[in-house]
Amino acid sequence: MGLGREIREQIARRAAKEIKAGMVVNLGIGIPTLVADFVPSSVAVMFHAENGVLGTGPSPVKGQENPNLCNAGGFPITAGVGASYFDSATAFAIIRRGKLDMTIMGALQVSKSGDLANWIVPGKRVPGMGGALELAEKAKRVIILMNHTDKYGEPKIVNECSLPLTARGCVDLIITEMAVIEVTSLGLVLKEVFKPFTVEQVMALTEAQLTVESTERS
Amino acid sequence: MANTVNALNKKITLEQALSYMEDGMTIMFGGFGGVGNPPSLIEGMLQKGLKNLTLIGNDAGFPHIGVGKLVSEGRVKKLIASHIGSNPVAGKLMTEGKLEVEFSPQGTLAERIRAGGVGLGGILVDSGIGNPFVEKGKEKVIVNGKTFLLETPLTADIAIVCGHTADHFGNLTYNTSARNTNPLVSMAGRVTIAEVDQIVETGALSPEEIVTPGVFVNAVVQSEGVNWKWAWEEK
Repeated sequence: MGLGREIREQIARRAAKEIKAGMVVNLGIGIPTLVADFVPSSVAVMFHAENGVLGTGPSPVKGQENPNLCNAGGFPITAGVGASYFDSATAFAIIRRGKLDMTIMGALQVSKSGDLANWIVPGKRVPGMGGALELAEKAKRVIILMNHTDKYGEPKIVNECSLPLTARGCVDLIITEMAVIEVTSLGLVLKEVFKPFTVEQVMALTEAQLTVESTERS
Repeated sequence: MANTVNALNKKITLEQALSYMEDGMTIMFGGFGGVGNPPSLIEGMLQKGLKNLTLIGNDAGFPHIGVGKLVSEGRVKKLIASHIGSNPVAGKLMTEGKLEVEFSPQGTLAERIRAGGVGLGGILVDSGIGNPFVEKGKEKVIVNGKTFLLETPLTADIAIVCGHTADHFGNLTYNTSARNTNPLVSMAGRVTIAEVDQIVETGALSPEEIVTPGVFVNAVVQSEGVNWKWAWEEK
């Protein structure tokens, strides 16, 4: 929300580097949807859509969309090589049985211990948890793509989530417009800082303590 | 239903289908984000003026798409769904106390519908263990040392689903990802009405391609097609 196209693509491009050949990956709505565009075609990935598709292909050519063939966000997709269609119970069987190597989604808040809040702002927005709860609990790796701060400029990476949790201790990696932060058993580790930001700026806008492992700029 | 529909020819008109629906009923719908919502049945429900409905399905669609229209027009008193994020009108009505919403995690909701459809008394799910919103009011069951929530099955007075092709017995095929919750919902109605793009003679579908056996389907209606613009289409 509120991020320009270039920044959104920068986040998506960085997230795409986390995807390795042979993975089964679920992409959430928003910036995560863009990630597929930055995975090289040489990296064979099975993208999972929780409405009931495994193996989604490139976005359809404009004018050639099949309105019935959509991702979970309701946007047209194509079926890639080896794709299959199935009902939503099977789609969640894939999730519940731990068959997803990675899920990439957005968040309202992430805590220092990897707690995730992304389904409700009490009294304001109650969108519901959709499939996020099961994805966050069951995927082998959970990557969060989000703004570093909320619309009031307040940190979204916090000591304890003030918003109701989607799932506890589930997040592995956070990628924002400012930085890449890994959640470890010893706390949050600042892995990368994006230009033009500095380590100090990232730390100032992060409530939780960050361990600076390197000052890699990218 | 058995008296009015020939088990070997379940094709009825939209008007006949609507005659089974009344104010206050619980109606379960197939579809995900509007995709796979049956458009002609929903339009008919709007035209008929049905109200005080309890709807059960994946989501609240979009304000002008699919079941979202029933919600937007205030015809729904209660919605059991996994999210309403794509329909801000639903959120507004909920905040104003005009719409009751019960949330289930999406996969749990799918399995609750399936459980109702296949005649199970409940399901044991570990999704949401430790999450107070999900756990609230639910019994915990320990199996082999592992804790699960007992989630209850869902059924409905009427289930409305959207298929690609039906034969006269009600065997159904689906169109790509418009399958989504439809095969699950089709089993969970006391009366299940399938809206399809085409109706063929029984025997014309290959047994291999049939996803929903016609025995779960009480009536088949010819679709008049989608009468809304998708969110991704240019305005």
